Amino acid sequence: MPNSTPSNVTNDDIIIIENCSKSFGEVVALSDINLRIRRGEVCFIFGPSGGGKSTLLRCINHLETIDSGRIVVDGIQLTEAKETIDQVRAEVGMVFQLFHLFPHLKVLENITLAQRVVRGRSKEEATEVALALLDRVGIPEKADVFPNQLSGGQMQRVAIARALAMNPRIMLFDEPTSALDAEMIQEVLDVMLDLAREGITMVVVSHEMGFAKAAADRMVFLSEGKIVEIGITSELFNNPKEARTKEFLDQILT
Amino acid sequence: MAVTTEVERKRPGMLPWVGDLSRLPWWIVVVAIVGGAAIFAIVTNRHWEAAYEFTKTGIRFTIILSITSFAIALVIGLLAGLGQLSSNMVFRNLSMLYVQVIRGIPIIVQLYFVAFVITPVAINLLNDLGGNMRLLIPLAGLGGALSRIHIRDIDMLYRAIAALTIAYGAFEAEVFRAGIESIQRGQMEAARSLGMSHLQAMRYIILPQAIRVVLPPLGNDFISMLKDSSLASILAIRELTHVGQLHRARTFRSWESLGVVAILYLVLTLSLSFLVKRMERRLAFAK
Repeated sequence: MPNSTPSNVTNDDIIIIENCSKSFGEVVALSDINLRIRRGEVCFIFGPSGGGKSTLLRCINHLETIDSGRIVVDGIQLTEAKETIDQVRAEVGMVFQLFHLFPHLKVLENITLAQRVVRGRSKEEATEVALALLDRVGIPEKADVFPNQLSGGQMQRVAIARALAMNPRIMLFDEPTSALDAEMIQEVLDVMLDLAREGITMVVVSHEMGFAKAAADRMVFLSEGKIVEIGITSELFNNPKEARTKEFLDQILT
Repeated sequence: MAVTTEVERKRPGMLPWVGDLSRLPWWIVVVAIVGGAAIFAIVTNRHWEAAYEFTKTGIRFTIILSITSFAIALVIGLLAGLGQLSSNMVFRNLSMLYVQVIRGIPIIVQLYFVAFVITPVAINLLNDLGGNMRLLIPLAGLGGALSRIHIRDIDMLYRAIAALTIAYGAFEAEVFRAGIESIQRGQMEAARSLGMSHLQAMRYIILPQAIRVVLPPLGNDFISMLKDSSLASILAIRELTHVGQLHRARTFRSWESLGVVAILYLVLTLSLSFLVKRMERRLAFAK
Protein backbone atom coordinates (compact mmCIF):
# COMPACT_ATOMS: atom_id res chain seq x y z
CA MET A 1 0.00 0.00 0.00
CA PRO A 2 1.42 3.36 -0.95
CA ASN A 3 1.55 6.07 1.66
CA SER A 4 -0.71 8.72 0.23
CA THR A 5 -0.34 11.22 3.05
CA PRO A 6 2.69 12.45 4.94
CA SER A 7 1.62 10.35 7.93
CA ASN A 8 1.39 6.59 7.85
CA VAL A 9 -2.22 6.48 6.83
CA THR A 10 -2.99 4.14 3.96
CA ASN A 11 -6.11 3.63 1.97
CA ASP A 12 -7.26 0.30 3.27
CA ASP A 13 -9.65 0.17 6.18
CA ILE A 14 -8.32 -1.82 9.10
CA ILE A 15 -11.48 -1.34 11.17
CA ILE A 16 -14.89 -1.26 9.54
CA ILE A 17 -17.90 -0.50 11.71
CA GLU A 18 -21.21 -0.69 9.90
CA ASN A 19 -24.66 0.15 11.23
CA CYS A 20 -23.72 -0.81 14.76
CA SER A 21 -26.19 -0.43 17.59
CA LYS A 22 -25.93 -1.40 21.21
CA SER A 23 -28.27 -0.94 24.15
CA PHE A 24 -27.93 -1.70 27.83
CA GLY A 25 -31.52 -2.49 28.73
CA GLU A 26 -33.45 0.69 28.02
CA VAL A 27 -30.34 2.81 27.59
CA VAL A 28 -29.16 3.21 24.02
CA ALA A 29 -25.35 3.33 24.08
CA LEU A 30 -24.69 3.27 20.33
CA SER A 31 -27.17 3.85 17.58
CA ASP A 32 -26.40 3.08 13.97
CA ILE A 33 -22.68 3.85 14.05
CA ASN A 34 -20.73 3.85 10.79
CA LEU A 35 -17.00 4.38 10.96
CA ARG A 36 -14.03 3.27 8.91
CA ILE A 37 -10.55 3.56 10.31
CA ARG A 38 -7.60 3.29 7.97
CA ARG A 39 -4.42 1.38 8.55
CA GLY A 40 -1.88 3.59 10.30
CA GLU A 41 -4.43 6.19 11.26
CA VAL A 42 -4.68 7.84 14.65
CA CYS A 43 -8.38 8.29 15.29
CA PHE A 44 -9.40 10.44 18.21
CA ILE A 45 -12.86 9.93 19.68
CA PHE A 46 -14.23 12.56 22.00
CA GLY A 47 -17.53 13.74 23.36
CA PRO A 48 -19.53 14.13 26.54
CA SER A 49 -19.54 11.42 29.22
CA GLY A 50 -22.05 8.67 28.61
CA GLY A 51 -22.00 9.39 24.90
CA GLY A 52 -20.91 5.85 24.00
CA LYS A 53 -17.20 6.44 23.40
CA SER A 54 -15.96 3.65 25.64
CA THR A 55 -18.68 1.29 24.50
CA LEU A 56 -17.67 1.79 20.89
CA LEU A 57 -14.04 1.09 21.74
CA ARG A 58 -14.95 -2.00 23.74
CA CYS A 59 -17.03 -3.33 20.86
CA ILE A 60 -13.97 -3.29 18.61
CA ASN A 61 -12.30 -6.05 20.61
CA HIS A 62 -15.56 -7.63 21.62
CA LEU A 63 -15.52 -6.81 25.32
CA GLU A 64 -19.06 -5.74 24.50
CA THR A 65 -21.22 -7.43 21.88
CA ILE A 66 -23.14 -5.31 19.43
CA ASP A 67 -26.87 -5.87 19.11
CA SER A 68 -26.90 -5.28 15.38
CA GLY A 69 -24.55 -4.27 12.60
CA ARG A 70 -21.15 -5.52 11.58
CA ILE A 71 -17.58 -4.96 12.72
CA VAL A 72 -14.62 -6.14 10.67
CA VAL A 73 -11.16 -5.85 12.18
CA ASP A 74 -8.21 -6.38 9.85
CA GLY A 75 -10.28 -8.56 7.59
CA ILE A 76 -11.79 -10.64 10.35
CA GLN A 77 -15.47 -10.22 10.98
CA LEU A 78 -16.42 -10.22 14.65
CA THR A 79 -18.90 -12.96 15.31
CA GLU A 80 -19.84 -14.89 18.40
CA ALA A 81 -17.44 -17.69 17.46
CA LYS A 82 -14.69 -17.95 20.05
CA GLU A 83 -11.87 -18.43 17.56
CA THR A 84 -12.55 -15.24 15.67
CA ILE A 85 -12.79 -13.25 18.89
CA ASP A 86 -9.45 -14.53 20.16
CA GLN A 87 -7.98 -13.97 16.70
CA VAL A 88 -9.10 -10.35 16.75
CA ARG A 89 -7.99 -9.74 20.31
CA ALA A 90 -4.50 -10.94 19.51
CA GLU A 91 -4.29 -8.19 16.86
CA VAL A 92 -5.76 -5.50 19.08
CA GLY A 93 -4.06 -4.07 22.17
CA MET A 94 -6.16 -2.29 24.74
CA VAL A 95 -5.20 0.25 27.38
CA PHE A 96 -7.73 0.91 30.14
CA GLN A 97 -8.50 3.99 32.16
CA LEU A 98 -7.72 2.12 35.40
CA PHE A 99 -4.67 0.28 33.97
CA HIS A 100 -5.79 -3.16 35.20
CA LEU A 101 -2.27 -4.39 35.73
CA PHE A 102 -2.09 -7.83 37.33
CA PRO A 103 -1.29 -7.05 40.97
CA HIS A 104 0.06 -10.50 41.84
CA LEU A 105 2.69 -10.40 39.10
CA LYS A 106 5.83 -8.31 38.86
CA VAL A 107 6.03 -5.69 36.13
CA LEU A 108 8.15 -7.96 33.95
CA GLU A 109 5.72 -10.88 34.37
CA ASN A 110 2.81 -8.58 33.58
CA ILE A 111 4.41 -8.06 30.19
CA THR A 112 5.67 -11.59 29.54
CA LEU A 113 2.67 -13.68 30.61
CA ALA A 114 0.43 -13.24 27.57
CA GLN A 115 3.41 -13.46 25.21
CA ARG A 116 4.15 -16.88 26.63
CA VAL A 117 0.67 -18.36 27.00
CA VAL A 118 -0.95 -16.75 23.95
CA ARG A 119 1.92 -16.25 21.53
CA GLY A 120 3.85 -19.28 22.76
CA ARG A 121 7.13 -17.43 23.09
CA SER A 122 9.93 -18.79 25.21
CA LYS A 123 10.68 -17.19 28.56
CA GLU A 124 13.91 -15.70 27.23
CA GLU A 125 12.32 -14.25 24.14
CA ALA A 126 9.37 -12.81 26.09
CA THR A 127 11.71 -11.28 28.64
CA GLU A 128 13.79 -9.71 25.92
CA VAL A 129 10.71 -8.17 24.34
CA ALA A 130 9.46 -6.97 27.71
CA LEU A 131 12.75 -5.34 28.70
CA ALA A 132 12.99 -3.58 25.35
CA LEU A 133 9.46 -2.25 25.77
CA LEU A 134 10.08 -1.09 29.34
CA ASP A 135 13.06 0.78 27.99
CA ARG A 136 10.90 2.30 25.30
CA VAL A 137 8.27 3.54 27.78
CA GLY A 138 11.05 4.93 29.92
CA ILE A 139 11.01 2.74 33.04
CA PRO A 140 13.57 -0.04 32.50
CA GLU A 141 14.45 0.00 36.20
CA LYS A 142 10.96 -1.10 37.26
CA ALA A 143 11.04 -4.63 35.81
CA ASP A 144 11.31 -6.36 39.16
CA VAL A 145 8.79 -4.46 41.23
CA PHE A 146 5.12 -5.15 41.82
CA PRO A 147 2.58 -2.79 40.24
CA ASN A 148 1.55 -1.37 43.62
CA GLN A 149 4.99 0.19 43.92
CA LEU A 150 4.48 2.29 40.80
CA SER A 151 2.94 5.71 40.33
CA GLY A 152 -0.19 5.98 38.19
CA GLY A 153 1.76 7.26 35.21
CA GLN A 154 4.23 4.41 35.50
CA MET A 155 1.40 1.89 35.79
CA GLN A 156 -0.20 3.17 32.62
CA ARG A 157 3.13 3.00 30.80
CA VAL A 158 3.53 -0.62 31.92
CA ALA A 159 -0.01 -1.29 30.68
CA ILE A 160 0.93 0.15 27.29
CA ALA A 161 4.07 -1.99 27.19
CA ARG A 162 2.01 -5.03 28.15
CA ALA A 163 -0.33 -4.44 25.20
CA LEU A 164 2.52 -3.70 22.78
CA ALA A 165 4.29 -6.92 23.69
CA MET A 166 1.69 -8.81 21.71
CA ASN A 167 2.72 -6.89 18.54
CA PRO A 168 -0.80 -5.61 17.94
CA ARG A 169 -1.69 -3.94 14.65
CA ILE A 170 -4.21 -1.74 16.44
CA MET A 171 -4.06 -0.07 19.83
CA LEU A 172 -7.21 1.02 21.61
CA PHE A 173 -6.90 3.61 24.37
CA ASP A 174 -9.86 4.02 26.70
CA GLU A 175 -9.36 7.34 28.49
CA PRO A 176 -5.74 6.45 29.29
CA THR A 177 -5.01 9.59 31.27
CA SER A 178 -8.32 10.22 33.01
CA ALA A 179 -7.33 8.49 36.23
CA LEU A 180 -3.94 10.17 36.45
CA ASP A 181 -2.75 13.11 38.52
CA ALA A 182 -2.03 16.15 36.37
CA GLU A 183 1.75 15.86 36.60
CA MET A 184 1.71 12.31 35.25
CA ILE A 185 -0.48 12.87 32.22
CA GLN A 186 2.32 14.11 29.99
CA GLU A 187 4.60 11.10 30.52
CA VAL A 188 1.83 8.82 29.25
CA LEU A 189 0.94 11.13 26.36
CA ASP A 190 4.61 11.22 25.34
CA VAL A 191 4.64 7.44 25.01
CA MET A 192 1.45 7.61 22.95
CA LEU A 193 2.88 10.33 20.72
CA ASP A 194 5.90 8.12 20.06
CA LEU A 195 3.60 5.29 19.07
CA ALA A 196 1.58 7.53 16.77
CA ARG A 197 4.77 8.52 14.95
CA GLU A 198 5.67 4.88 14.44
CA GLY A 199 2.53 4.29 12.42
CA ILE A 200 0.55 1.85 14.50
CA THR A 201 -3.20 2.26 14.08
CA MET A 202 -4.56 3.96 17.17
CA VAL A 203 -8.09 4.59 18.34
CA VAL A 204 -8.00 6.94 21.30
CA VAL A 205 -10.92 7.88 23.51
CA SER A 206 -9.79 10.87 25.52
CA HIS A 207 -10.33 14.45 26.59
CA GLU A 208 -6.72 15.40 25.92
CA MET A 209 -7.20 17.86 23.06
CA GLY A 210 -3.49 18.61 23.06
CA PHE A 211 -2.79 15.04 22.07
CA ALA A 212 -5.44 15.21 19.37
CA LYS A 213 -3.89 18.32 17.90
CA ALA A 214 -0.42 16.84 17.97
CA ALA A 215 -1.12 13.32 16.75
CA ALA A 216 -4.64 12.63 15.51
CA ASP A 217 -5.36 12.29 11.80
CA ARG A 218 -9.09 12.44 12.27
CA MET A 219 -11.43 13.26 15.09
CA VAL A 220 -14.82 11.77 15.81
CA PHE A 221 -17.33 13.61 17.95
CA LEU A 222 -19.67 11.14 19.59
CA SER A 223 -22.69 12.22 21.57
CA GLU A 224 -25.75 10.33 22.80
CA GLY A 225 -24.65 7.21 20.96
CA LYS A 226 -24.41 8.91 17.60
CA ILE A 227 -21.54 10.19 15.52
CA VAL A 228 -22.24 13.89 15.30
CA GLU A 229 -19.23 14.79 13.21
CA ILE A 230 -16.11 13.23 11.74
CA GLY A 231 -13.33 15.36 10.34
CA ILE A 232 -9.65 15.90 9.69
CA THR A 233 -8.19 17.14 12.96
CA SER A 234 -7.25 20.66 11.89
CA GLU A 235 -10.55 21.23 10.12
CA LEU A 236 -12.63 19.96 12.98
CA PHE A 237 -10.73 22.10 15.45
CA ASN A 238 -10.81 25.30 13.43
CA ASN A 239 -14.01 24.92 11.58
CA PRO A 240 -16.52 22.48 13.10
CA LYS A 241 -19.57 22.02 10.92
CA GLU A 242 -22.03 21.07 13.61
CA ALA A 243 -23.20 23.48 16.28
CA ARG A 244 -22.98 20.81 18.95
CA THR A 245 -19.36 20.08 18.10
CA LYS A 246 -18.50 23.73 18.31
CA GLU A 247 -20.30 24.08 21.62
CA PHE A 248 -18.48 21.10 23.11
CA LEU A 249 -15.09 22.24 21.84
CA ASP A 250 -15.66 25.71 23.25
CA GLN A 251 -16.52 24.24 26.61
CA ILE A 252 -13.57 21.89 26.76
CA LEU A 253 -10.97 24.31 25.38
CA THR A 254 -11.69 27.17 27.75
CA MET B 1 4.63 4.32 69.34
CA ALA B 2 4.76 6.67 72.30
CA VAL B 3 1.72 8.54 71.07
CA THR B 4 -0.30 5.37 70.83
CA THR B 5 0.56 4.46 74.41
CA GLU B 6 -0.59 7.86 75.62
CA VAL B 7 -3.94 7.43 73.92
CA GLU B 8 -4.33 3.91 75.25
CA ARG B 9 -3.71 5.09 78.82
CA LYS B 10 -6.16 7.93 78.65
CA ARG B 11 -8.98 5.77 77.38
CA PRO B 12 -11.25 5.03 80.32
CA GLY B 13 -11.47 1.28 80.57
CA MET B 14 -13.58 -0.96 82.67
CA LEU B 15 -10.69 -1.26 85.11
CA PRO B 16 -8.68 1.94 84.70
CA TRP B 17 -6.45 1.23 87.68
CA VAL B 18 -5.07 -1.92 86.05
CA GLY B 19 -3.12 0.30 83.62
CA ASP B 20 -0.77 -1.61 81.35
CA LEU B 21 -2.05 -4.92 82.63
CA SER B 22 -5.28 -4.32 80.76
CA ARG B 23 -3.42 -4.83 77.53
CA LEU B 24 -2.14 -8.29 78.35
CA PRO B 25 -3.85 -11.09 76.42
CA TRP B 26 -5.56 -12.47 79.51
CA TRP B 27 -7.46 -15.07 77.60
CA ILE B 28 -4.19 -16.75 76.69
CA VAL B 29 -3.20 -16.69 80.34
CA VAL B 30 -6.45 -18.43 81.26
CA VAL B 31 -5.97 -21.01 78.50
CA ALA B 32 -2.41 -21.62 79.68
CA ILE B 33 -3.53 -22.09 83.29
CA VAL B 34 -6.27 -24.53 82.28
CA GLY B 35 -3.85 -26.36 80.04
CA GLY B 36 -1.26 -26.55 82.82
CA ALA B 37 -3.88 -27.82 85.24
CA ALA B 38 -4.93 -30.48 82.74
CA ILE B 39 -1.38 -31.68 82.22
CA PHE B 40 -0.87 -31.70 85.97
CA ALA B 41 -4.03 -33.76 86.43
CA ILE B 42 -3.07 -36.22 83.71
CA VAL B 43 0.38 -36.72 85.21
CA THR B 44 -0.69 -36.98 88.85
CA ASN B 45 -4.22 -38.36 88.86
CA ARG B 46 -4.81 -41.91 87.67
CA HIS B 47 -8.41 -41.29 86.56
CA TRP B 48 -7.34 -38.39 84.37
CA GLU B 49 -4.39 -40.41 83.14
CA ALA B 50 -6.64 -43.33 82.22
CA ALA B 51 -9.04 -41.01 80.41
CA TYR B 52 -6.16 -39.44 78.49
CA GLU B 53 -4.49 -42.73 77.58
CA PHE B 54 -7.76 -44.16 76.31
CA THR B 55 -9.00 -41.04 74.50
CA LYS B 56 -5.83 -40.02 72.73
CA THR B 57 -6.21 -43.00 70.38
CA GLY B 58 -9.09 -41.05 68.80
CA ILE B 59 -6.86 -38.20 67.64
CA ARG B 60 -5.65 -40.25 64.70
CA PHE B 61 -9.12 -40.77 63.24
CA THR B 62 -10.14 -37.20 63.92
CA ILE B 63 -7.17 -36.01 61.89
CA ILE B 64 -7.65 -38.56 59.10
CA LEU B 65 -11.33 -37.63 58.83
CA SER B 66 -10.72 -33.88 58.77
CA ILE B 67 -7.77 -33.79 56.41
CA THR B 68 -9.15 -36.27 53.88
CA SER B 69 -12.63 -34.79 53.81
CA PHE B 70 -11.37 -31.25 53.63
CA ALA B 71 -8.89 -31.97 50.84
CA ILE B 72 -11.59 -33.52 48.66
CA ALA B 73 -14.08 -30.82 49.66
CA LEU B 74 -11.66 -28.19 48.36
CA VAL B 75 -11.64 -29.80 44.91
CA ILE B 76 -15.42 -30.16 44.84
CA GLY B 77 -15.82 -26.65 46.22
CA LEU B 78 -13.60 -25.12 43.55
CA LEU B 79 -15.50 -26.93 40.80
CA ALA B 80 -18.91 -26.01 42.21
CA GLY B 81 -17.75 -22.45 42.88
CA LEU B 82 -16.62 -22.05 39.28
CA GLY B 83 -19.81 -23.80 38.23
CA GLN B 84 -21.96 -21.22 39.99
CA LEU B 85 -20.25 -18.51 37.98
CA SER B 86 -20.29 -20.45 34.72
CA SER B 87 -22.15 -19.11 31.73
CA ASN B 88 -23.11 -22.68 30.94
CA MET B 89 -26.67 -23.03 32.13
CA VAL B 90 -26.37 -26.72 33.04
CA PHE B 91 -23.19 -26.34 35.15
CA ARG B 92 -24.52 -23.24 36.81
CA ASN B 93 -27.81 -24.76 37.84
CA LEU B 94 -26.30 -28.05 38.96
CA SER B 95 -23.82 -26.16 41.14
CA MET B 96 -26.50 -23.92 42.59
CA LEU B 97 -28.71 -26.91 43.31
CA TYR B 98 -25.87 -28.73 45.06
CA VAL B 99 -24.81 -25.75 47.16
CA GLN B 100 -28.28 -24.67 48.19
CA VAL B 101 -29.63 -28.13 48.97
CA ILE B 102 -26.60 -29.38 50.87
CA ARG B 103 -26.19 -26.20 52.91
CA GLY B 104 -29.79 -26.51 53.96
CA ILE B 105 -29.51 -29.96 55.53
CA PRO B 106 -27.85 -30.54 58.92
CA ILE B 107 -24.55 -32.38 58.61
CA ILE B 108 -25.67 -35.03 61.05
CA VAL B 109 -28.63 -35.88 58.83
CA GLN B 110 -26.31 -36.01 55.82
CA LEU B 111 -24.05 -38.44 57.69
CA TYR B 112 -26.97 -40.79 58.38
CA PHE B 113 -28.19 -40.35 54.84
CA VAL B 114 -24.91 -41.17 53.14
CA ALA B 115 -24.17 -44.06 55.49
CA PHE B 116 -27.54 -45.75 55.45
CA VAL B 117 -29.29 -44.66 52.25
CA ILE B 118 -26.84 -43.61 49.57
CA THR B 119 -24.20 -46.26 50.29
CA PRO B 120 -26.60 -49.24 50.13
CA VAL B 121 -28.34 -47.86 47.06
CA ALA B 122 -25.02 -47.28 45.31
CA ILE B 123 -23.73 -50.75 46.18
CA ASN B 124 -26.94 -52.36 44.94
CA LEU B 125 -26.59 -50.50 41.68
CA LEU B 126 -22.97 -51.63 41.35
CA ASN B 127 -24.00 -55.22 42.08
CA ASP B 128 -26.67 -55.07 39.39
CA LEU B 129 -24.24 -53.51 36.96
CA GLY B 130 -21.65 -56.19 37.75
CA GLY B 131 -24.23 -58.91 37.29
CA ASN B 132 -25.04 -57.65 33.82
CA MET B 133 -21.38 -57.14 32.90
CA ARG B 134 -20.60 -60.74 33.83
CA LEU B 135 -22.63 -61.79 30.82
CA LEU B 136 -20.16 -60.00 28.56
CA ILE B 137 -17.03 -62.09 28.25
CA PRO B 138 -14.40 -59.29 28.13
CA LEU B 139 -15.84 -57.61 31.20
CA ALA B 140 -16.58 -60.76 33.15
CA GLY B 141 -13.74 -60.32 35.66
CA LEU B 142 -14.63 -56.76 36.56
CA GLY B 143 -18.32 -57.62 36.56
CA GLY B 144 -17.74 -60.47 38.97
CA ALA B 145 -15.79 -58.21 41.30
CA LEU B 146 -18.49 -55.55 41.21
CA SER B 147 -21.27 -58.01 41.89
CA ARG B 148 -19.44 -59.38 44.92
CA ILE B 149 -19.09 -56.05 46.74
CA HIS B 150 -21.05 -56.16 49.95
CA ILE B 151 -22.56 -53.17 51.66
CA ARG B 152 -20.79 -54.04 54.89
CA ASP B 153 -17.44 -53.96 53.03
CA ILE B 154 -17.74 -50.20 52.85
CA ASP B 155 -16.13 -49.04 56.06
CA MET B 156 -18.03 -46.44 58.06
CA LEU B 157 -14.93 -44.27 57.86
CA TYR B 158 -15.33 -43.98 54.08
CA ARG B 159 -19.02 -43.22 54.44
CA ALA B 160 -18.26 -40.51 56.99
CA ILE B 161 -15.57 -39.02 54.74
CA ALA B 162 -17.99 -39.01 51.83
CA ALA B 163 -20.68 -37.26 53.88
CA LEU B 164 -18.36 -34.63 55.36
CA THR B 165 -16.85 -34.03 51.92
CA ILE B 166 -20.24 -33.43 50.36
CA ALA B 167 -21.29 -31.13 53.19
CA TYR B 168 -18.12 -29.05 53.19
CA GLY B 169 -17.81 -28.98 49.40
CA ALA B 170 -20.94 -26.81 49.42
CA PHE B 171 -19.45 -24.39 51.99
CA GLU B 172 -16.17 -24.13 50.11
CA ALA B 173 -18.03 -23.56 46.84
CA GLU B 174 -19.46 -20.40 48.36
CA VAL B 175 -16.03 -19.35 49.61
CA PHE B 176 -14.48 -19.83 46.18
CA ARG B 177 -17.36 -18.10 44.43
CA ALA B 178 -17.09 -15.06 46.69
CA GLY B 179 -13.30 -15.03 46.29
CA ILE B 180 -13.49 -15.07 42.51
CA GLU B 181 -16.22 -12.43 42.47
CA SER B 182 -14.06 -10.19 44.65
CA ILE B 183 -11.52 -9.83 41.84
CA GLN B 184 -12.23 -6.72 39.75
CA ARG B 185 -13.93 -7.31 36.42
CA GLY B 186 -11.17 -5.32 34.75
CA GLN B 187 -8.69 -8.10 35.50
CA MET B 188 -10.63 -10.53 33.36
CA GLU B 189 -11.09 -7.92 30.64
CA ALA B 190 -7.39 -7.06 30.61
CA ALA B 191 -6.47 -10.73 30.33
CA ARG B 192 -9.01 -11.35 27.58
CA SER B 193 -7.94 -8.25 25.67
CA LEU B 194 -4.41 -9.70 25.58
CA GLY B 195 -5.85 -12.68 23.75
CA MET B 196 -6.04 -15.12 26.67
CA SER B 197 -8.91 -17.58 26.65
CA HIS B 198 -11.37 -17.58 29.54
CA LEU B 199 -9.63 -20.64 30.96
CA GLN B 200 -6.17 -19.06 30.71
CA ALA B 201 -7.41 -15.87 32.34
CA MET B 202 -8.90 -17.88 35.20
CA ARG B 203 -5.75 -19.92 35.66
CA TYR B 204 -3.12 -17.20 35.41
CA ILE B 205 -4.94 -14.06 36.53
CA ILE B 206 -8.14 -14.63 38.48
CA LEU B 207 -7.49 -17.75 40.56
CA PRO B 208 -3.99 -16.77 41.81
CA GLN B 209 -5.51 -13.56 43.16
CA ALA B 210 -8.65 -15.24 44.46
CA ILE B 211 -6.60 -17.84 46.36
CA ARG B 212 -5.06 -15.10 48.48
CA VAL B 213 -8.51 -13.80 49.26
CA VAL B 214 -9.97 -17.18 50.19
CA LEU B 215 -7.13 -18.69 52.21
CA PRO B 216 -8.16 -17.19 55.56
CA PRO B 217 -11.81 -18.31 55.25
CA LEU B 218 -10.62 -21.72 54.05
CA GLY B 219 -8.39 -21.98 57.11
CA ASN B 220 -11.32 -21.16 59.34
CA ASP B 221 -13.46 -23.72 57.58
CA PHE B 222 -10.78 -26.32 58.13
CA ILE B 223 -11.00 -25.61 61.86
CA SER B 224 -14.78 -26.01 61.64
CA MET B 225 -14.29 -29.27 59.79
CA LEU B 226 -12.06 -30.53 62.58
CA LYS B 227 -14.82 -29.84 65.08
CA ASP B 228 -17.57 -31.21 62.86
CA SER B 229 -15.65 -34.44 62.42
CA SER B 230 -16.96 -35.20 65.92
CA LEU B 231 -20.34 -35.80 64.29
CA ALA B 232 -18.88 -38.93 62.72
CA SER B 233 -19.04 -40.45 66.21
CA ILE B 234 -22.67 -41.32 65.44
CA LEU B 235 -21.34 -43.80 62.87
CA ALA B 236 -19.22 -45.43 65.60
CA ILE B 237 -15.94 -44.25 64.11
CA ARG B 238 -13.31 -44.27 66.82
CA GLU B 239 -12.48 -40.60 66.63
CA LEU B 240 -12.00 -38.35 69.65
CA THR B 241 -15.59 -37.77 70.64
CA HIS B 242 -16.55 -41.38 70.21
CA VAL B 243 -13.64 -42.75 72.26
CA GLY B 244 -14.33 -40.16 74.94
CA GLN B 245 -17.92 -41.34 75.11
CA LEU B 246 -16.77 -44.96 75.27
CA HIS B 247 -14.51 -44.16 78.17
CA ARG B 248 -17.28 -42.31 79.96
CA ALA B 249 -19.64 -45.25 79.48
CA ARG B 250 -17.09 -47.71 80.78
CA THR B 251 -15.87 -45.76 83.78
CA PHE B 252 -18.71 -43.36 84.58
CA ARG B 253 -15.96 -40.73 84.86
CA SER B 254 -17.78 -38.01 82.85
CA TRP B 255 -15.72 -35.08 84.08
CA GLU B 256 -12.40 -36.72 83.21
CA SER B 257 -13.55 -38.25 79.88
CA LEU B 258 -15.24 -35.17 78.46
CA GLY B 259 -12.64 -32.84 79.96
CA VAL B 260 -9.86 -34.66 78.14
CA VAL B 261 -11.87 -34.70 74.89
CA ALA B 262 -12.52 -30.96 75.07
CA ILE B 263 -8.89 -30.17 75.83
CA LEU B 264 -7.57 -32.34 73.01
CA TYR B 265 -9.91 -30.57 70.56
CA LEU B 266 -8.71 -27.23 71.89
CA VAL B 267 -5.07 -28.20 71.39
CA LEU B 268 -5.83 -29.06 67.77
CA THR B 269 -8.02 -26.06 66.96
CA LEU B 270 -5.91 -23.44 68.73
CA SER B 271 -2.73 -24.61 67.03
CA LEU B 272 -4.54 -24.53 63.72
CA SER B 273 -5.91 -21.04 64.21
CA PHE B 274 -2.41 -19.93 65.15
CA LEU B 275 -1.19 -21.37 61.83
CA VAL B 276 -4.03 -19.69 59.93
CA LYS B 277 -3.15 -16.32 61.46
CA ARG B 278 0.47 -16.71 60.45
CA MET B 279 -0.51 -17.72 56.94
CA GLU B 280 -2.77 -14.68 56.67
CA ARG B 281 0.08 -12.40 57.63
CA ARG B 282 2.46 -14.00 55.16
CA LEU B 283 0.00 -13.83 52.30
CA ALA B 284 -1.09 -10.27 52.91
CA PHE B 285 0.43 -8.91 49.75
CA ALA B 286 0.25 -5.17 49.58
CA LYS B 287 -2.49 -4.01 47.26
